[in-house]
Order: sequence, then C-alpha cells, then structure tokens
Amino acid sequence: MSFQLAMFYIFSAILVGAAAAMITVRNPVHAALCLVLAFFTSAALWIMMEAEFLGIVLVLVYVGAVMVLFLFVVMMLDVNIARLREGFIRFLPVGALVAAAMAVVMIMVVGARHFRIEPPAPAATDVGNTEMLGRLIYTEYVYPFELAAVILLVAIVAAITLTLRRRPGTRHIDPAEQVKVKREDRIRIVKMEAEKK
Amino acid sequence: MTESLMTFWNELPVLIQILVKIVALLLPLMGTVAYYTLAERKIIGYMQVRLGPNRVGPRGALQPIADALKLVFKEIIIPSNASRLLFLSAPVLAFAPALAAWAVVPFDDGMVLADINAGLLYILALTSLGVYGVIIAGWASNSKYALLGAMRSAAQIVSYEIAMGFALVGVLMASGSLNLGEIVNAQGGGFWNWFIVWLFPLFLVYVISGVAETNRSPFDVVEGESEIVAGFHVEYSGMAFAVFFLAEYANMILISALTALLFLGGWLSPLQGILPDAAFSLPVIGWLLDSGIHWLLIKTAFFMFAFLWYRATFPRYRYDQIMRLGWKVLIPVTIVWIFVEGVLVALKIGPWSA
Repeated sequence: MSFQLAMFYIFSAILVGAAAAMITVRNPVHAALCLVLAFFTSAALWIMMEAEFLGIVLVLVYVGAVMVLFLFVVMMLDVNIARLREGFIRFLPVGALVAAAMAVVMIMVVGARHFRIEPPAPAATDVGNTEMLGRLIYTEYVYPFELAAVILLVAIVAAITLTLRRRPGTRHIDPAEQVKVKREDRIRIVKMEAEKK
Repeated sequence: MTESLMTFWNELPVLIQILVKIVALLLPLMGTVAYYTLAERKIIGYMQVRLGPNRVGPRGALQPIADALKLVFKEIIIPSNASRLLFLSAPVLAFAPALAAWAVVPFDDGMVLADINAGLLYILALTSLGVYGVIIAGWASNSKYALLGAMRSAAQIVSYEIAMGFALVGVLMASGSLNLGEIVNAQGGGFWNWFIVWLFPLFLVYVISGVAETNRSPFDVVEGESEIVAGFHVEYSGMAFAVFFLAEYANMILISALTALLFLGGWLSPLQGILPDAAFSLPVIGWLLDSGIHWLLIKTAFFMFAFLWYRATFPRYRYDQIMRLGWKVLIPVTIVWIFVEGVLVALKIGPWSA
C-alpha cells in the first residue's frame, strides 16, 4: 500500500467517523465541532487529489467563517436536547426517503465510474489548480459565475430586509457620529480670577 | 567536510529531513516568542517611564525563562463543570495553526519549508482556524466571562478576515501569484517597486486588521481585563494558559513577517537599484547591503515593535466601534482600492505595465 493510499484511508475513516458522530452526538456544540472536523478532512482529501484551491477555500469559507458563526449561534441558544430528539422515529421514514433520493441523485450526477481507489493521474500541466480554475471561471464560465454572485447578493439583501427591525424608542448610538466629536464640542474652558480669601 | 555532510543529509529518510527542518524553524521561533514577551514588558515599561522587569539575570534578561519555569510547575485547574476534552484541546487548537502557518513563509530566495503554489490562501485559511481555540476555550470553560470573550472574538475575527482577505486580493493582483516567494520577487528592483507604494491603503488595512486578528490592543476586547476579567482564558492556569500566550505571540510575529513579505519586499534590500552593482560585491559590507534574510528580520522586527507601540499608545476600542471600523471603513477602502488597481492594470500604469 502506497503512502498516499494509506493517507487516503486514514482521512476517509476520520471523515466518515466525524460525519456519523455529527448526527449522533447529543450536544449540539459537539455536533457542530464534528462537522468542522468532517469539513477539514474532506479538504485534506481534496488537496490529495491536487485540487488545492478547492480544499483551502473549503477550510477558509466553511471552517473559518460559516462554522464559526454556526457555533456562535449554537452556543448562545439554550437548545432543549430532549425536545429535539422526540419524534425521531416518526420522521425516520421521511428522512430516510430524502437521504436515499439525495444519494441516488449524487450517484447519477457523479457517476459510478469515478468510484475507484487508485488516485487520479497528476495533471499534465504544471499550471496550478488555482490558476486553471481562475482562467475557466473568468472566461468560459463568466456568465454562470456572475449569475451565482447576483443570486447570492439578492439572498443577502433579502435576509437583511427580512430580519431588520427598527425599534423606535431605543437609545441608539451611532459610532460614526461619536468619532467625529471634537474637543471643542464637549468642553468649555472658563477663565476665572482667583477668589479672594 | 561539507561534501560528506551533504551526502549524509541526502542519505537521511525524507521524513527525518522534514522533521529536522521543522525543528530548525520552530526552535528560533519559540526563542523569539519567549524574548518577545520580555521585549514587550521592557519597551512598554520605558514608554511609561518605568523600568520593567529587572530582577532575574542582568537587566532582567532571564525573566522569560523564570516565567516559563513558574508556569510549567503550576497546577492546571479544570473547572468541575467544564467539558474536559474540549477544555484541554482548546489551547492546542489555538497554538497549532499559529505554528503550521510558518511552513510556507520564505526567509530568503528558495529558503522555505514548503514551496506551495497557493501559499497565501494557505496562510489565510490557517489564520482563520486560530479562532476555534478561542471559541472552544470560551465555551468549554462553562463561565460567562469566558463565553462573552469567545463571542466577541468570533465576531471580531470573522469581520476583520474579510478586510484582510480583500487586502491580500490587491497583493495577488499586483504580483499575479499566490506563492509567497514569487510575491516577494515581483517587488524586486528597488524600494519604489515594493507594494507598499502602490497599495498603501491596502497596507494600512492589512496592518490594522492584523492587529485585530491577533486580538491585540487596541482591539483586545476579547480579553478586556477591565470588563470581562481576561475573557476566554479566565479559567485557564499553568501551562494551558501559557500555550494561549505562546499562540498569541507567534501570531503577532507571523503577521509582522507577512506584512514585511507582502508589502515591504521581504528579504529584498531597499538599496537595490540605488547603489552601483560594484557595492554589492564588496567583501562583508556587500553581503550586508545586498538582499538577504537580515533585511526580512529587520522589517519584521519593526512591525513587531509597532505591535507593542500600539499597545502603549492607544486606548481600547469599544465593541460597536470595532464593528463599524471593520465593516464600514476598512472593507469599503479595500474595495475602492481594488477597483483603482483594476483600472491601473487596464491602463497599464505602474508596476503592472508588463
């Protein structure tokens, strides 16, 4: 067994274990951390396939930003674990159906021919993965790329307008106003004669 | 002699070679971290007209060693309701990325542990992992002050990472590479080719968000001694506490070295293109004047000093002001400058004319 293959099996075992733990552990914070581990090991697998850009961006975006905010929310919430787990049996058939449908779709899209053990042959060019992706995204696929960006922008605007509430009567502080304050606005120097004893 | 050494080196298994290189990188780094803490106390002491530590060794020179010994022998107290495994793994999670990021930092032309194509992305990804140590420490301690510190840290680091990433996009556009060695070589030919000249706003953004990313004063609301005692590491003692400190200082040195590499030409000499070529071939002075690792160390040391300087100079930012600075000032500045840079590239002005 080559070194690369051994690493593949180690990372895959960690990935499957972390994914299984993520849906079975009781504590939501532990579940989120298991998901982080799963992301991290799948990034390692991608890097082994010479897709270093995708791997590093997975760590940067999902592990470094999305999961941090996820943890942020999970830690602040007082999640009632017992209530989350009730109805597990009742929803199991629906859940299993959805999972099976997703698995079938994935297999049809990805194709069974890619399920193989030996690593793919190294790329013929010495141009990096990052550079190749950049060339493709900004030339051949520029319209799909821009469309995806616009859809994301619309989603951001929608999320903000849905959750933004203006509550009248709160003592709102505007730091932009505060940092503009000059010394003259706040203090007044008064010259006084010394008082007689 | 050197030949036999080289053959001996090449005979060694690759794994041993890599391990030796890692040790050769980390030992000086750890020494620098230890003496950086002493430098901090001394320099801030002088800035505040105090003496600083001066009891252990000549002029306090052995103070870091005394501190380390004291921390090693202290008991590590685990709060009874803490999540044990996470509580103990948090310092490791804070420390490991701070060290692993050094793998792609070049010290001289070709003098780098791992010369990978996506070096800049790797650094960005690893520095964003450091936040997990802080968040997990805050949550696993089961203390409200620690949790408050962790929440502040999560919000602050995620916000400033965006500004930092955009500043790096500017560097990437100017150099056309993600490899740190190639980024430095793209700045060759004299100090007017350094990226600080054309990317000055991005340089400022990078330095400011670097201070925020390392949770240093004036952005140290994560620790906020006067508000939340010590923030995320309030429940830690002994070596577990020390590891958080080591991570913080290693990160400060990393950000300083990166600023030097990305904006100030790394190991390139500022005298390039000014002095005649004959000056560089003088026996000893020529080596000193020419590009080399010593220039990188000098530039790094300046930014390391600046970190201490900020701490002695600025009052702590308020939390909402930190968020305003990150989102409403730094990010717009970077976007505008990336646009300006794009126009300059399109019109072939400046160093991008080629």
